[in-house]
Amino acid sequence: MLRDVMGKTFRLLGYTIQYGCIAHCAFEYLGGIVVCSGPSMEPTIQNSDIVFSENLSRHFYCIQKGDIVIAKSPNDPKSNICKRVIGLEGDKVCISSPSDFRKSHSYNILLGGQSKAWAQSKDLVCLQLLWRQEHSLTWKVYKENSQIWPLNDFGFLRASPNGHRFLDD
Amino acid sequence: MGVGGGHWSPKNPEQKIIKRVIALEGDIIKTIGYKNKYVKVPHGHIWVEGDHHGHSFDSNAFGPVSLGLLHARATHILWPPRRWQKLQPMLPPERTPLHSDQE
Repeated sequence: MLRDVMGKTFRLLGYTIQYGCIAHCAFEYLGGIVVCSGPSMEPTIQNSDIVFSENLSRHFYCIQKGDIVIAKSPNDPKSNICKRVIGLEGDKVCISSPSDFRKSHSYNILLGGQSKAWAQSKDLVCLQLLWRQEHSLTWKVYKENSQIWPLNDFGFLRASPNGHRFLDD
Repeated sequence: MGVGGGHWSPKNPEQKIIKRVIALEGDIIKTIGYKNKYVKVPHGHIWVEGDHHGHSFDSNAFGPVSLGLLHARATHILWPPRRWQKLQPMLPPERTPLHSDQE
């Protein structure tokens, strides 16, 4: 009787460990669910929206301008920030007034929140070390990314309302 | 401090570089060949330098490194066998911070 119970317990433990490892690998290498908080990405992402994100673009280094990314905060490595990429290496991005351009350096990706008050997050604009800080990526609007919560607003993440700020080389 | 840290290169995302940690956040240090002569390491960052000064691509070239880029700590040399050793966490005396927040 006791041996039956022990056998069942060990089997359950084995299954738990197995599926735990698979889940961990999936979250680490494929993607996962992220809860976003804060107003800086409105109207695209509202406070406490739940967003699906994927890691494959990060591992294959195919991040593009206009993508929404989740990265580790440069000032606090334990927290993540969710912003839209508005410039890649070599791009010129307007950060103050339209007449004041600044060239970005190699592998400096300039980010900006999407709200009209993005100039206040100037410290985050030049995330020098973005590449490997990226935790995961959300897909662009025409790939299969979806907001899950709130249910009345289920759908793909929209394109940037600040699209005029992107300079096409 | 003084420990060898492996972190992802800020210039090339596919590469890892291994350097010694010279200063932690809040410390003020004197730099070698950096654009500012004295640097206060910002919050959430570290200052790394190679042991071979002048021939090293380290914080003197790209500035403080964010802790999020830190990958691992190097503890031993395994290969070649004649160089088996434990890597000592030693801060060179001429590279100590001018002012340390850690005290």
